[in-house]
Amino acid sequence: MMLRLKNNQSVDLDKLEILAYDAFSSLAIALLTEEANHCAAYFAYKHELGLQFIMAIADDTHHDLIILSHLLKKEDNKTLESLTQSIFALHIFERELHENFGIEFKNHPWQKPVRFPQNGANPNLQINDYPFYTIKSKELHEVGVGPIHAGIIEPGHFRFICNGEKVLHLEIQLGYQHRGVEQLFLDKKQNLQRHLLAENIAGDTVIGHSNVFVKLIESLSDKEFSEQLQIERSLALELERIAIHTGDISALCTDAAYLLGASVFGTLRTLIINFMQFWCGNRFGKSLVRMGGTHFPFTEALKQELRTVLQAFETQFEEMVCLAYRLPSIQNRFDFSGILTKRQAQLLGMVGISARVCDLPRDIRVSHPDFAYQKFTYQTLSLEKGDVFARFLLKKRDIRNSIAWIKTVLDNFEFSETNCEKPNYNLALKPNSFAISLTEAWRGEICHCALTDKAGALKHYKITDPSMHNWKALELSMRSMEISDFPINNKSYNLSYCGHDL
Amino acid sequence: MMSLFFILITAPFFVGIILKVKAKFAARKLPSILQPFYDVARLFKKGAIYSTTTSFIFKIAPLVYFVSVLMAALFIPIGSLKGFLSFNADFVYFAYLLAFGKFMMIIAAMDTGSSFEGMGANREALYSMLIEPAFFILIASLALFTDNNSFYGLFLNLHISTNLSYILGLAAIYVLMYIAMIENSRSPIDDAKTHLELTMVHEVMVLDNSGFDLALIHIATWIKFSIYGTLISNFIIQNEWPLALQIGSFFFVQMAFAGVVGLLESFRARNKLEKNPQWIIMLSAIAIVLFLTTLIITQKIILY
Repeated sequence: MMLRLKNNQSVDLDKLEILAYDAFSSLAIALLTEEANHCAAYFAYKHELGLQFIMAIADDTHHDLIILSHLLKKEDNKTLESLTQSIFALHIFERELHENFGIEFKNHPWQKPVRFPQNGANPNLQINDYPFYTIKSKELHEVGVGPIHAGIIEPGHFRFICNGEKVLHLEIQLGYQHRGVEQLFLDKKQNLQRHLLAENIAGDTVIGHSNVFVKLIESLSDKEFSEQLQIERSLALELERIAIHTGDISALCTDAAYLLGASVFGTLRTLIINFMQFWCGNRFGKSLVRMGGTHFPFTEALKQELRTVLQAFETQFEEMVCLAYRLPSIQNRFDFSGILTKRQAQLLGMVGISARVCDLPRDIRVSHPDFAYQKFTYQTLSLEKGDVFARFLLKKRDIRNSIAWIKTVLDNFEFSETNCEKPNYNLALKPNSFAISLTEAWRGEICHCALTDKAGALKHYKITDPSMHNWKALELSMRSMEISDFPINNKSYNLSYCGHDL
Repeated sequence: MMSLFFILITAPFFVGIILKVKAKFAARKLPSILQPFYDVARLFKKGAIYSTTTSFIFKIAPLVYFVSVLMAALFIPIGSLKGFLSFNADFVYFAYLLAFGKFMMIIAAMDTGSSFEGMGANREALYSMLIEPAFFILIASLALFTDNNSFYGLFLNLHISTNLSYILGLAAIYVLMYIAMIENSRSPIDDAKTHLELTMVHEVMVLDNSGFDLALIHIATWIKFSIYGTLISNFIIQNEWPLALQIGSFFFVQMAFAGVVGLLESFRARNKLEKNPQWIIMLSAIAIVLFLTTLIITQKIILY
């Protein structure tokens, strides 16, 4: 039968049943057509017999992860029937497999490069040769934006096909940030080095990615860690969420040329990240999350400080929210811009906050909670409209919700300095195992998978950032919008370039 | 002559005051009010860089633009101070001088062949076209009211003692202020501070201009602001006031105008681009209402 795992659980690789591709695909399609399921990761690694493919499907109703696998033998033809025809959400995974291993997916509607790694399917293809979609017409014109960004964010190329101001089609080409992070996880043998890698997968999701990483390694080491440690990590995760969402709200105000909102929300973000600095010495929480323990235990003194900070934050935040969210010109700017329907979100397999604004309540904290969210349950929020204003609104509500959750934890949990171990970088990993870990970071679900060999060393590491699932949504929500609405749409999703490019 | 002098004197401080006001409301600290001065001085020291796709049009456009704005300033009176030039229907000449400068900037933007600048030029042309009726209908109602048709004559005879002049003045100030905002590509139709090319109107048109040319464009913007500020001040200054008071209130109105622009930009978001035309036509509508009111009250048409 199908292998079902809990979140943060590891399993012996031999227990993973290898299916024939036909059985695999019919099972995967049957599972993924259900609304409560979505694909969290689909990747392949080099097996002694050939390529082993592993797909992890998150089942939100049973709160577990279904792991499917099939094997492509060395002597086999490197051609597979594409699953994207039936399940569109798999398009990005199949594109990635095509690019990394040269597998030809028959009838894939959009088999284009993802990020131009060195070991691509076609090593001669350069990043400048990206095969853009074009429409031959005298009335239409193309606008190319990037890869150099006018502001200070990351590189990506956006190709619009417009009829006057109206966008008919947008294609996003990424890959400029490709650093080979997954390979580096295998090359670097020390866990501290891997920690630094995990923190730098996406600079705005430091705590999110390091949380997933430590949970994955700890589940492979099969040891139990103190409750306080786990709760501290989730506390940091929620603080990161508050900080980034506040920054996003500020940035959206900037793009709408609403000066007051931009500066007040920008200042408020500082309160939270300064607390992070007070806690661990880094405003983004680098070096806070470490495997097996922590250097910076959460003390009663920190608890007091956090209460004061949150108090100050909340008062000013609510005051400014009253102004900004009721401002007619803001509503006028954001309303009905970049609408994405629930059906589209469903088809794209979206995750995280961008899915929740389309009435698709995907939240790992609720569907696959780890210890902290089991002990203190979290109520997820979703909206129906799916436009920029909805995303603007949900960020605000998420902040309130996170503050409420943090307060519950502070009220009901005794923190003590002695409860926490020091980090242990020499955890022994179980040999020949597979482990998967998911965490709801501020942007959405982050999924890390790891496989160990017979000696207990990592033999494959796979990262799926929420941006992987969601970039296509930005393309779709720009259809028949005005091209001038692109920046606020892009900002409202705030997807990661380097998280996607790895 | 005097009025031209005052207009040019106040011009450089406009952008500085706007920035200062905006900084104040954003709780930021800004460099001195003279910062725009320093920026322009720095630009003047630099050479301009020209793209190889551009022709001579791109090179002469900033100069033509600057000169057209400067010439437009010649017609503006301050209270009882006559403008440098004045003749019948000079406001038509004034409006099309500004339009000519803008036309040069638009074709220069097209000249670069950049998809961004084409977009900006397209938007700028549309908005200028839409704002033209508002300006002419507004001036026409003044002409109707005062039976004069030069700027000097209009404003000299504006302050006759009927209550209509107050209504006319208030509405005209409102419309003129927003015409000034649109002409200078400020909020709510544009955002002068944005870095997002796709949402820009004026800024994206001048993306390729650099050094000396860019400095000229900046100065032209200052003078434009000052011209509209002066027009507004004329509705407030009474020409029977002593000259010192007239000049004093001129400076006050100019500063207040810059302050109000800063204020408006701080407390509202900009429009969605597709809603801009609608919003601009609203100004023309106000002008038409004003025109009809004048017609009826001055009994040029009699309603039964």
